[in-house]
Amino acid sequence: MSDYILELKGITKIFPGVKALDNVHFQLKKGEIHALMGENGAGKSTFIKVITGVHIPEEGEIYLKGEKVTFKNPKDAQQCSIAAIYQHGTTYPYLSVTENIFMGHEKLTKLHTIDWKCMHKEAKELLEHIGSDIDPHANMGDLTVAQQQVVEIAKAISTQAEIIIMDEPTAALSKRECEGLYRITEQLRDEGKSIIFISHRFEDMYRLASRVTVFRDSQYIGTWDVDGISNDVLISKMVGREIKDIYPKQEVKRGKEIFRVEDLSKTGYYRDINFNLYEGEILAVTGLVGAGRTEVCQGIMGIDKVDSGRIYLDGKRVRVNHPQEAMDAGIGYLPEDRQKQGLILDWSLAQNVTLATLEKFTKGSIINRKKENNKSKELLEKVKTKALSVYDKASSLSGGNQQKVIVAKILNSDLKVIILDEPTKGVDVGAKAQIYEIMSELAASGYGVIMISSEMPEVLGMADRIMVMKEGRVSRIFEDAKDVTQEMILETAMDM
Amino acid sequence: MAKEIVRQTVSEDGTRTIAASREFSLKRFFLQWEWMLVLMLIAVNIFNLSASPNYANARNILNATRDFLDKAVVVFPMAFVLMLGEIDISVASIMALSATIMGVVYRAGYPMAVAMSAALITGTICGMINGLILVKFRQLSSMIVTLSTQIIYRGIALIILETNSVGGFPKWFGSIAAGKVGLVPYGLIFIVFEALFFAYLLHYTKFGRRCYAMGNSVTAAQYSGVRTDRIKVIVYTMAGLFSAVAAIYLASKMSSVRPDIAKGYELDIIAMAVLGGVSTSGGKGRILGASLAILVIGYLRYGLGLMNASSQIIMIVVGALLILTVAIPGLKESVGNTNWFRKLTRH
Repeated sequence: MSDYILELKGITKIFPGVKALDNVHFQLKKGEIHALMGENGAGKSTFIKVITGVHIPEEGEIYLKGEKVTFKNPKDAQQCSIAAIYQHGTTYPYLSVTENIFMGHEKLTKLHTIDWKCMHKEAKELLEHIGSDIDPHANMGDLTVAQQQVVEIAKAISTQAEIIIMDEPTAALSKRECEGLYRITEQLRDEGKSIIFISHRFEDMYRLASRVTVFRDSQYIGTWDVDGISNDVLISKMVGREIKDIYPKQEVKRGKEIFRVEDLSKTGYYRDINFNLYEGEILAVTGLVGAGRTEVCQGIMGIDKVDSGRIYLDGKRVRVNHPQEAMDAGIGYLPEDRQKQGLILDWSLAQNVTLATLEKFTKGSIINRKKENNKSKELLEKVKTKALSVYDKASSLSGGNQQKVIVAKILNSDLKVIILDEPTKGVDVGAKAQIYEIMSELAASGYGVIMISSEMPEVLGMADRIMVMKEGRVSRIFEDAKDVTQEMILETAMDM
Repeated sequence: MAKEIVRQTVSEDGTRTIAASREFSLKRFFLQWEWMLVLMLIAVNIFNLSASPNYANARNILNATRDFLDKAVVVFPMAFVLMLGEIDISVASIMALSATIMGVVYRAGYPMAVAMSAALITGTICGMINGLILVKFRQLSSMIVTLSTQIIYRGIALIILETNSVGGFPKWFGSIAAGKVGLVPYGLIFIVFEALFFAYLLHYTKFGRRCYAMGNSVTAAQYSGVRTDRIKVIVYTMAGLFSAVAAIYLASKMSSVRPDIAKGYELDIIAMAVLGGVSTSGGKGRILGASLAILVIGYLRYGLGLMNASSQIIMIVVGALLILTVAIPGLKESVGNTNWFRKLTRH
């Protein structure tokens, strides 16, 4: 009999073009709370999906109570008493709490109709067992996020799960709600369940876990006793990669202030955002996913309405209620989701490049196609797009080249400030370097560049100043990026 | 099949050349939906000829257009609505309400020109209301909104006129539908100009390009600064206005107005646009296609009428044709990949 209730050895999962997990190990003891930590994109979520049978690994073995098992689908994992609770619940908002708990394993009467009486009663017992007074008849959608999580936990227990995985359960909870969750989690542990707890918060880990495993860049870094490892060591394990010199940052003398944001607020998203931007500068905006970075930029662009706040361009106040007004004022935005927000995939490159600036290619109101094609050619060549003709469909290009098309599209407007939202997300290394080069040239030619990024190396490699956001607020602005280390940023971005 | 390798000229200093134009391609030229419609139109006309030997003279063929010109007027603005990925099933009710208002205003003693203006204003307002509701209440789908206004507009018309009709319009009003230049009915001339106008609007202007963009991806259009709300309201308003124009034509043809006119027209109108290659999910379609489709469905109905087919039979045939249309685009791809087609179109 093995010491471990769950053991994974040498797990490798490959997605087209990417190794999402590379020879990863993991051991879970019975009755322990095991924290799993790592940066965004370290492979935690993929790993969880391997355990729950959503993804089937290319290599590696899974042992349950010392016996080798293979999961072909989520049902297999469920039958082996494994349950997962995801950050963004997989709940049915229009169904009752009872229906959510028993979804997929409903109780039936002798006549094979649903036995509501029995289900409601059991749901109530389950919820009471974990100290909750949620009404089983209530609509799932009417509950708070914290309550929904409690219901999900009840559901996990109702499936007789022995191993419960919680994926960032505290991310959306207040301090008090967290306490409730801690209590339930500890109760489950004391009842002999084994729990894998994923979180960005060090607080969660110290409070709950006895051991911690760290992933980084799809690889297994190590497992430690929580008592035996210091904060600093843990952080360096999480980030500790070498930064190669792929950052062609040019030295640019910073010019006058061109852009300033004062007291920007939107209830529930961000509060009191203040920062400014200078000519020729790259300001990196970083923080954990969900810290409100993208939301702030969408507020600036007029994509979402802000509750209050002022925006100044060249010292003059501008009012922006629509992206068109932002662009007219001189602010351009390269959106995070290039396929949905940045491009019309079915369209030719030329049509994509000119969509935001059709005025420049019209006489009266007729579009001059020749002018459109020639200008697109010029811009696309300038950013070194790999394409045959301006008639190529945007969908036929690779991720990095699609990104260049959007850059060409932005360059077509007369801008002063360019906001790039995760410009290298999902882009291969070669194209990344080219995008950095373009970014650097933009700054050198006088644009103010705001780069939203979760990738520490590019933040440190490209930025002049670094703004760190945490839970919808500006946590700190580092005035000189040269003196900043990854550890400092992570400390500022996380709850310590 | 192996992926096509991008051959691009890369000069010594790393600059890449991208072509700003493309060669004419026979394959691309022949793989257009419009050719399919031309074939259908020929088939329909052969069918009609076999139905009635008298069919084949210019007078008949031109006169036949009167049968479907009232619907044709609304097909082009409907193409714009569908282009946005929306739908408007209230157009027939807008026609009924506009015609009713025109009748009531005329009956109250105002000149015909004033009554006609009242109809146009009514249609415009009805369309604009559709658009504004959709923009203000984003969670509502256009299907639900225009289904509701369809009932409301028709209901108002019924309240105003109950089961009565208004007639006795001046003689010149009747000539809107009956009048001709030589052999060509006025209405047909109007439609040709309308088609040219909408083709210009859709294919050559900023406005048209932005409509295409919205139909492909509202989000991307919005992020690119397209004022999507404004465009939506304009497009629905156009649909309302041209429904009123159609109502005037219909009233002239019938020389009276009733609140129950044009019932079920919206389905034929949408069918014509869809057969013309306008995608109901938005972002695809051309005015030329819609124009040809008007003729295909219009002449098909006319021909079936010549054979004394019952209106139920006509509906079944039109329905079958529509299903075929939706199924055929896949066929286009397979034809494009056959050997004979490649050989045929090779330079």
